[in-house]
Amino acid sequence: MSEHPTTYVPKSAFGKWFESRLPLAGLIHSSFIAFPVPRNLTYFWTFGAILVFMLVSQIVTGVFLAMYYTPNAAMAFQSVEHIMRDVNYGWLIRYLHANGASMFFVAVYIHIFRNFYYGSYKAPREVLYILGVIIFLLMMATAFMGYVLPWGQMSFWGATVITNLFSAIPVVGDTIVSYLWGGYSVGNPTLNRFFSLHYLLPFMIVGVVALHIWALHVPGQNNPTGIPIKSGKDAVPFTPYATIKDIFAVVVFMLFFAYWVFYMPNYLGHADNYIPANPAVTPAHIVPEWYFLPFYAILRAIPDKLGGVIAMVSAIVIWCFMPWLDTSKVRSTAYRPLYKQFFWLFVAVCVLLGWLGSRPAEGWYVIASQICTVYYFAHFLIVLPVLGFVERPLPLPNSILESVMGVQKGGAGMPAGANAEPHSKG
Amino acid sequence: MAETTTHVAEPTRRDFLYIATGAAAAVGGATLVWPFIQSLAPDAATVAAGAPVEVDLAPIAEGQIVKVFWRGKLIFIRHRTADEIKSAQDVNVASLRDPQPDAARVKEGKPEWLVVYGNCTHLGCVPLGQQGEYNGWFCPCHGSVFDTSGRVRGGPAPINLPIPPYSFASDTKIIIGQEATA
Repeated sequence: MSEHPTTYVPKSAFGKWFESRLPLAGLIHSSFIAFPVPRNLTYFWTFGAILVFMLVSQIVTGVFLAMYYTPNAAMAFQSVEHIMRDVNYGWLIRYLHANGASMFFVAVYIHIFRNFYYGSYKAPREVLYILGVIIFLLMMATAFMGYVLPWGQMSFWGATVITNLFSAIPVVGDTIVSYLWGGYSVGNPTLNRFFSLHYLLPFMIVGVVALHIWALHVPGQNNPTGIPIKSGKDAVPFTPYATIKDIFAVVVFMLFFAYWVFYMPNYLGHADNYIPANPAVTPAHIVPEWYFLPFYAILRAIPDKLGGVIAMVSAIVIWCFMPWLDTSKVRSTAYRPLYKQFFWLFVAVCVLLGWLGSRPAEGWYVIASQICTVYYFAHFLIVLPVLGFVERPLPLPNSILESVMGVQKGGAGMPAGANAEPHSKG
Repeated sequence: MAETTTHVAEPTRRDFLYIATGAAAAVGGATLVWPFIQSLAPDAATVAAGAPVEVDLAPIAEGQIVKVFWRGKLIFIRHRTADEIKSAQDVNVASLRDPQPDAARVKEGKPEWLVVYGNCTHLGCVPLGQQGEYNGWFCPCHGSVFDTSGRVRGGPAPINLPIPPYSFASDTKIIIGQEATA
């Protein structure tokens, strides 16, 4: 790391004057220009940048939507249709925002499973990781409240079902629910406060993201080998290497995002949400948005109200304990042949739970959900702790450089420049 | 310990002041939080809108379920048929998840009128009438089954559909939100 100077020297007179008063340029320089990143990062490490892009995109589109939206139970549905039909490019801004939520979750799930695969949650990145779990919880709350705002049938009944989860709390549950509603059922006060919080929470996410990035810059990034940077040859400076790679990945992700927005903007939504909210009729089949489905399946798998709620909450809270549940000394699953199989089994179970969450709660779907729920928790409580003791990991490379270049013998057969010394352009 | 403090274990007047100041700040902070939390509760207008409502039963045909709202909550008024009443009464009460005889769920001498809250006790969806194994209600969301007395008979719902407070003003009129003052 010593080969990457982090001391920024302003060149202009103004730069010197400003830097001595607020060392902002120096902070940016050391964090995003000279910062050493492992030279072997794959595109799975670009999802942090993609997520920052999605957060900004959601805030910008959301601020504009808030200019035209009316948070009132009698007018909310019409105001959304007004955005779609009358506001110039309102349809685009709304579709960007609605599909943006889904894209945000696509990116965050890849980011989370990247972290699971490469053991990024392990020491010394536990705080970084737990901050990530907090961001995910804030995202879920924000997305849920945002989905309520159009005040369609799914909005209304989704809000009813989710707020009723709190009624499972013994003794004080009903009081808590009426404080959430601001009434005796989901109604106008509920819509108003959800709008207020939906506007607030993204800025809380921005705050926790800042802590998340700060915590990332203390130990530096993990990498596909899971071994730390040992010398300057293991790393490249953030700019231009990571900067360009992140920008390229963001642009590719924008294409994927644009495909949904322009070609199938309603595919990820539910048709029932184009029916105005009606407290007298529940849609025949209530399903949450796709990104909540695995947790919804866990909720329904437990044939007891309080038990189901506890299981659903535990399914996320248990993530916070992963750094201590995983007993393996090896970070990267690439060197854990046995765990690799369990990892993919876990991914399959999560996808299956998602699919089961979209099915009606009857027949063998319920039994399959129960089996998957048991396995989901067994992965954390049995597989992770036990495998660390019984598994024999593959030998780790001596350095990141060796894993990329092979054991060093010279530059024959290597792409031009690949063997060059990394050096700071800053 | 630093040499300047000779009586470390002995609380000083300054310690007392620290604790007193901290306690005053904590009480003040909690007092300030209180109105903000209370503002989330149902407001005066909502509470006022919860006044009792009258419902005329005359147009409700036998076998029909009518939906009304009181305090923003859905209420089912079911005009039960003789078969439905019989099936609700012929139940081994002890075998129920939330044991309650049918007689405790209707007004005396009016077994044909069942008045229950219309939101499933699981997570609040509206169950569909005349459906499910017992021909009472079936909740499409998570599969709870209720009988013709609104008692839970299957699925994840923990308790029976609750009975709102109501009373008969005459044979064909009920007042929801007001118990009879006997």
